[in-house]
Amino acid sequence: MKCTVCRGPAIIDLRRHNANFCGDHFLKFCRDQVAKAISQHDMIAPGQRVLVAVSGGKDSLALWDLLVELGYDVEGMTIGLGIGDYSDASTAASVAFAESRGLPLRRIDLRGDYGYDIPTAAAVTRRVPCSSCGTSKRHLIDSAALDGGFDVVATGHNLDDEAAVLLGNVLHWHTAYLGRQAPVLPGRDGFPRKVKPLVRLSERETAAYCVVRGIDYIVDECPMAEGNRHLRYKEALNSIEAASPGTKHAFYFEFLDKAADRFRPEAAEAQEGLRPCATCGSPTTADVCAFCRLVDRVSDADPVPVELLRAGRGRGGNASNRNKNRTKVNR
Amino acid sequence: MRVLLRNPRRELDLAGPVTVTGLLNQLELNRESVLVVRDDTLVPGDALLNDDDVVEIRPVISGGVA
Repeated sequence: MKCTVCRGPAIIDLRRHNANFCGDHFLKFCRDQVAKAISQHDMIAPGQRVLVAVSGGKDSLALWDLLVELGYDVEGMTIGLGIGDYSDASTAASVAFAESRGLPLRRIDLRGDYGYDIPTAAAVTRRVPCSSCGTSKRHLIDSAALDGGFDVVATGHNLDDEAAVLLGNVLHWHTAYLGRQAPVLPGRDGFPRKVKPLVRLSERETAAYCVVRGIDYIVDECPMAEGNRHLRYKEALNSIEAASPGTKHAFYFEFLDKAADRFRPEAAEAQEGLRPCATCGSPTTADVCAFCRLVDRVSDADPVPVELLRAGRGRGGNASNRNKNRTKVNR
Repeated sequence: MRVLLRNPRRELDLAGPVTVTGLLNQLELNRESVLVVRDDTLVPGDALLNDDDVVEIRPVISGGVA
């Protein structure tokens, strides 16, 4: 297999682009795709300060690396979620990457700074851990961006992520969510501008970018996310993609082009009545925002180690329900 | 040929020679959801894997464990 560009030995085949690449031209391909996404969707203007949300995983580290390569003014931020060894290793990967590149990295630790962690929150709230995890990360990154005077927040969402979220929203016809799904969320009162520069790259491509660039990232998955619905949507889409390369790209980008506008009215309606949180000032439809309510409820609760919470527990369900509802996965 | 798999970590001993695509088909793995790495380098679908090779089949899908 030869590189489409230089005819040297190829190390990766991208059927959806009908192209194969050697290492150097694959890296260039990735940079070009990110530059195209930033340009096409007006994500970042020259001279703007970018805060990139970093987890230690392949997407956020690839994103940070790519934004630096493309010449943007970027600072990283990582949050210690307290999910046992997984969080320790994730933070270590983020710190190691930042130090090896001489890049500034802000750090927050949920346990140290707010008196709770995600396993404890899951146990106390009796909701899926992804709920308190998402609430915490979004609030803390948005606040850091606004307090730190950043112009834009960049997250590592890739094509597979966006296509899977879109599939879930379509399957359930969550029309308000459909109206808000976009590569760019404009800044408004209390919300920073948020962009997803990796949307043109698939997960296989962001992983390959890290391997080719020699970026050490956390390969193991979050132990609390086992068997979740989002993953099943990704597998379903990849089954289709394997038979029809290019499907994920068409699904997401044609949605943006041809259908997204139709759902804007529902999305706008769902966001009416936002006002500042009585505790922290962040936008909320309630008196106190979800993050402050969460902290109030779980901080200083007795810590629950993640090892005690297997998938299914802390979800408001029980073990027998968990096994019944799991779809058989083709390994 | 040693084949290292992740999530959960396990090792298989399989006979070469086989192409990367052939190996993925044999293990019923979707080529869209993995990378194949040999000696810290990516190997494409038509690369030939031999008896003495050690390869890692790395899952690339984030968001949980299958």
